[in-house]
Amino acid sequence: MAKKMSQSNTSSEPLKTADGVSLKVSLNRALRRRKITALLLVTPLFLFILLTFLGPIFDMLLRSVDNKIIVQVLPKTVSQLAVWDASTGELPDEAVFKAFVEDAKIAAENKTISRVGKRLNYEKSGMSSLFRKTGRKLKKFDPDKLEISYTDLVLGYDKKWAKHETWWLIQRESGKYTSSYYYAAVDAQIGVDGVQRKPDDQRIYMKLLKRTMWLSSLITLLTIVLGYPIAYLLATLKTRTSNLLMILVLLPFWTSLLVRTSAWIALLQREGVVNDFLVTLGFIGDDGRLAMIHNQVGTVVAMTHILLPFMILPLFSVMKTISPTYVRAARSMGATSFTAFRRVYFPNTVAGIGAGGILVFILAIGYYITPALVGGTSGTLLSNFIAYHISTSLNWGLAAALGTILLMVVLVLYILYDKIVGIDNMKLG
Amino acid sequence: MALPLHATTGERIWHYTFLLICVLIFGFLIIPILIIFPLSFNAQPYFTFTPEMLALDPAGYTTKWYGEFFSSSTWQRAVRNSITIAIFSTLISTFLGTLAALGLSRKEFPYKTAIMGLLISPMVVPLIISAAGMFFFYSRLGLQGTHIGVILAHAALASPFVVITVTATLVGFDHSLTMAAASLGSSPTRTFFRITVPLITPGVISGALFAFITSFDEVVVVLFVGSVNQRTIPWAMFSGIREQISPTILAVATILIIFSIILLTMIEMLRRRNERMRGLSAA
Repeated sequence: MAKKMSQSNTSSEPLKTADGVSLKVSLNRALRRRKITALLLVTPLFLFILLTFLGPIFDMLLRSVDNKIIVQVLPKTVSQLAVWDASTGELPDEAVFKAFVEDAKIAAENKTISRVGKRLNYEKSGMSSLFRKTGRKLKKFDPDKLEISYTDLVLGYDKKWAKHETWWLIQRESGKYTSSYYYAAVDAQIGVDGVQRKPDDQRIYMKLLKRTMWLSSLITLLTIVLGYPIAYLLATLKTRTSNLLMILVLLPFWTSLLVRTSAWIALLQREGVVNDFLVTLGFIGDDGRLAMIHNQVGTVVAMTHILLPFMILPLFSVMKTISPTYVRAARSMGATSFTAFRRVYFPNTVAGIGAGGILVFILAIGYYITPALVGGTSGTLLSNFIAYHISTSLNWGLAAALGTILLMVVLVLYILYDKIVGIDNMKLG
Repeated sequence: MALPLHATTGERIWHYTFLLICVLIFGFLIIPILIIFPLSFNAQPYFTFTPEMLALDPAGYTTKWYGEFFSSSTWQRAVRNSITIAIFSTLISTFLGTLAALGLSRKEFPYKTAIMGLLISPMVVPLIISAAGMFFFYSRLGLQGTHIGVILAHAALASPFVVITVTATLVGFDHSLTMAAASLGSSPTRTFFRITVPLITPGVISGALFAFITSFDEVVVVLFVGSVNQRTIPWAMFSGIREQISPTILAVATILIIFSIILLTMIEMLRRRNERMRGLSAA
């Protein structure tokens, strides 16, 4: 041991620890151990988030392209249709009809045929009833007593079976995955002759996305306009006073979302406080009460109020770091107070505006509760339609596609936020 | 912010205009919250001030909406559900979040930004998307419409708040303290419990409070992942506002405001204590 020690000290051999391991190796090993400990500490939460959160998000992405139902319920039809050339404009041949009758009879007995109808109904209305009707008839059908061709049998059930488009639609949607929900989500449809935009009166989602973007931008702008003076005041006042005034910002921040929304309903409704006040003061007549709720005004006012603290807090923390000597220096060199503000103070706060702005925009774009309660029909956002398709229309594929589009928009903004502020620097309260 | 003695008239006018603007904005922030208090005592079942109320006539006021809240079995069950779900999801998210924060704040941690980004994502992804995804996924697992499903969902949503708060506490953590303990012969476990834990406790508690309020306040996810048996207070308020508006909602709102004032005070006290302790440890 002593020999080793002396050797390592005198010769050019690498330094060694008491156990005779090279110091470099030993340090590396210690570092690796620390790395593993650090990773082990994070692993439980990581797995938890993976299972309870990222899994569901991934499931939603899958569901937006999932199309297994047709190939599952009508397997023979799908494989027969694969060789049918739809571009000829003619109906498929007898083999397809035979396969369809066999598939559909089984499906009618397990009651899965209505699910195919429901799926295809998202693409073309009338499909649901067509499949239900056909299923009912096929249940009673006995293949041994068939005297006509399968084609004539099916064509006899409903005129729609004689339409080229019906078969073309089944062929188109026979893959395991589909992009049709995304086409629907951007108001397009796939016709026999390619992708087209839907007629004007059926274009809902692009309009809705545009409205969501526009209202979110407006709300973000309003929070900047209202939040900037408050953040400035709080950042320049004496700590004692500003701490006291900060309560006025933090109390709404901590108050339940539903409490604040119900407060705005109380204030803004037709028989509400604001209207009563204006009538009492004589600004408006009793019959001229303003409609400030269940429309866009309601959504914008209530959401601006709810999101304002999210703007004030980051702005405040940025402004707090700006030394008052900057403005004083500018003033001492002859700048007017406005110039000093515009050329010196304001440029320093731009990062805070960016951080708060993106935060508010991200929150606004996915808002559901407040628009659902005070938005009426003109003030609803994309989220409300996602909820509608999940719980009312049950078109889960479309809900998932709309959700995915919204998620992509948010992700882009999130990356932008990370570039400006850094996720690690996110602070609360 | 005080006006200097040499201020010009224009500057004076602007100064007072600015203050007036600020007062108006503060009013916008706080009046909707304050207005709920008197309205929750309205003797009439309206969401507005009656002439009797404005005349401060005692006949215009009543506490019956509070009575309704405390006697209604629907509301009481909602309270129990809210508290149970919030407590369990707080326990899960605080435990996992604190561990993760301890790992994340080590210098040696690899791929820190990417992993932090994933861990924080439940906070950033719009609730409706989380709710949609969880609804689909939890239905497959049979967790939709169960307390466990809602608790897991809320724990996932709340954990970023714990991670952020505890990480923030650890930023100011003086590592020479643990080294000192180690050099004096303390084992890593002993160091952790005697040195690290007391120092990060305020951060962990405020993280837990954040987690609690996140779950307590959450409504979108519970609407989709839960069923009637998991009906929480915000859910009951949501359907109450949609179906039949009664001042009971305002009474509940008042109780919730008082509750959030208590929580806010607790967090503020913890923050101050944390700052004091850091001041001590740095000295």
